[in-house]
Amino acid sequence: MRSEHRCWVYGDDVNTDVIFPGRYTYTLREPDEIAAHALEDLDPAFARAVQPGDVIVAGANWGCGSSREQAVTALKHAGIALIVAASFGRIYFRNCINQGLLPVTLPGLNTRLTTGDTLIWDRDAWTIRAAGESYAIPRLPVSVQAILDAGGLLPMLQQRFSQVMP
Amino acid sequence: MAGRTFAEKALARAAGMDDARAGDIVDVTPDLMLSHDNSAAISRIFQQTGAPRILHPERIAITLDHAAPAPTTRHAENHAEVRVWAQEHGITHLFEVGRGICHQVISEEGLVLPGETVLGADSHTTHAGWLGAFGAGVGRTEMAALWATGQLWMRVPEAIRIMLSGRLARGVTAKDLALYLLGILGANGALYRSVEFAGDGIAGLSLDARAVLPNMMAEAGAKNAYLPPDDAVFDYLTARRTRDYTPLYPDADASYAAEHHVDLTAIPPQIALPSRPDRVVPLSEALGQPVHQAFIGTCTNGRLEDLRAAAEVLQNQRVRCRLIVIPASAEVLRAAAREGIIDTLVGAGAAIGTPGCGPCMGNHMGVPAPDEVTISSGSRNFRGRMGTANAPVYLASPYVVAASAIEGRIADPRETIQ
Repeated sequence: MRSEHRCWVYGDDVNTDVIFPGRYTYTLREPDEIAAHALEDLDPAFARAVQPGDVIVAGANWGCGSSREQAVTALKHAGIALIVAASFGRIYFRNCINQGLLPVTLPGLNTRLTTGDTLIWDRDAWTIRAAGESYAIPRLPVSVQAILDAGGLLPMLQQRFSQVMP
Repeated sequence: MAGRTFAEKALARAAGMDDARAGDIVDVTPDLMLSHDNSAAISRIFQQTGAPRILHPERIAITLDHAAPAPTTRHAENHAEVRVWAQEHGITHLFEVGRGICHQVISEEGLVLPGETVLGADSHTTHAGWLGAFGAGVGRTEMAALWATGQLWMRVPEAIRIMLSGRLARGVTAKDLALYLLGILGANGALYRSVEFAGDGIAGLSLDARAVLPNMMAEAGAKNAYLPPDDAVFDYLTARRTRDYTPLYPDADASYAAEHHVDLTAIPPQIALPSRPDRVVPLSEALGQPVHQAFIGTCTNGRLEDLRAAAEVLQNQRVRCRLIVIPASAEVLRAAAREGIIDTLVGAGAAIGTPGCGPCMGNHMGVPAPDEVTISSGSRNFRGRMGTANAPVYLASPYVVAASAIEGRIADPRETIQ
């Protein structure tokens, strides 16, 4: 399956404090409430203008800093379909997988695109096409891909416990 | 056969395996599972998993520290939910408002020990490396999975070795060393890595000072960090440990992805400029910058030695800008009170807060107004971190923060304490 996506392009070391500010972390619970503050301290236009299916294309170390999972929740529930980055903060990378959002590690793509450009994601060929070139999406270890395939860690746990419980 | 790093040994142990190599994916059973105010959110995820019960409630520690005492009704509801949950599920290691910051509290309570593994729903869980444990941060859903299954996958990280030699000069602290290292490594210089300290420079660092290093390596992207435990650590743990332990040390011929040598003697005071922890310059390049608020506290620098440093600078002085001091734990607060440190600080005009995280992540107890400048002993100065987007934050040692509070400008403490 091939799909077209509009890109939001950002730089290096975008931290979770600007993706979802800590001042909301113990008071906002609902995914829609959380999504309304996505990227608030980096790009105030984002939460209003983002459309379902849009993707993030960023530089190195996307999602560094705090472990807060809402920094993934906020983007996922804002409609982000994919996050491409030169590299990810390690907890953010795990949080993406656990929330069923594919983190794609591709160095340099953010420097070849600007916000509003189009990216084509070919799920069958496991490639991304953007800036006139095709890029292979790096494969994840089988056990990690299984979490994504289940739709995230919670659905995976639900499957597991529904099997052991009568 | 090449030797093993600390991370390889610690994760092999935690996975119940004889051996593990960097790059392996292993299922880890941590000795301790740490969470805090986020435990209510974790409990809601746990309830959706369908798990029949928490597998090891005795391995869970929860502190109420991130927004404590509760600043609003919603924060209070969050705490209330955590208390009920802990009560109903037999979680006995619940630490109440005022006990302190999670990483400091589990150290003081002897809940994590050398060679052990702690996974925490907090990015500064790297902190536990100060006593030779493997500590790594995870997300909320992962913590719910840990409560349900006791296990989580981990990729065994490659390691970076940092060799320390010499001794820090007077007025220069482990915070200056941590900032100096961040300046060298950058915000992703240790991404996915185990940062393993070594060398004879470690022996000259106090235990309070050692905790700063693994704590702040989170700002370089580290998965965990490690200092080899010595007699000073074992003595600290004698009266605190909750069980026996076996310390782990890397093999002499372990292989490292990178190695850095640092002569502690040569490091001057450092400061991180807004709004990146790795935007580090020698303090001398930032002197004179006006500040509106000074903050001493956090898991990075809220221990007794840090308050003692502040008192040394503030003895018979008066602050010119507001100074907020928040001890990292109740134990720190009591010791500081006994030593007369609290008296000195309050005498100089400091406001003392309830042990906990304070304003570090912008919930309460010192949120700056727009355009106000803060100098903090914490570990993060990202835009909006302290609760206000347009409020620049500098990061420095407690000495530097205290000296700056006196001047109302960024100042060099060495002029005051010598």
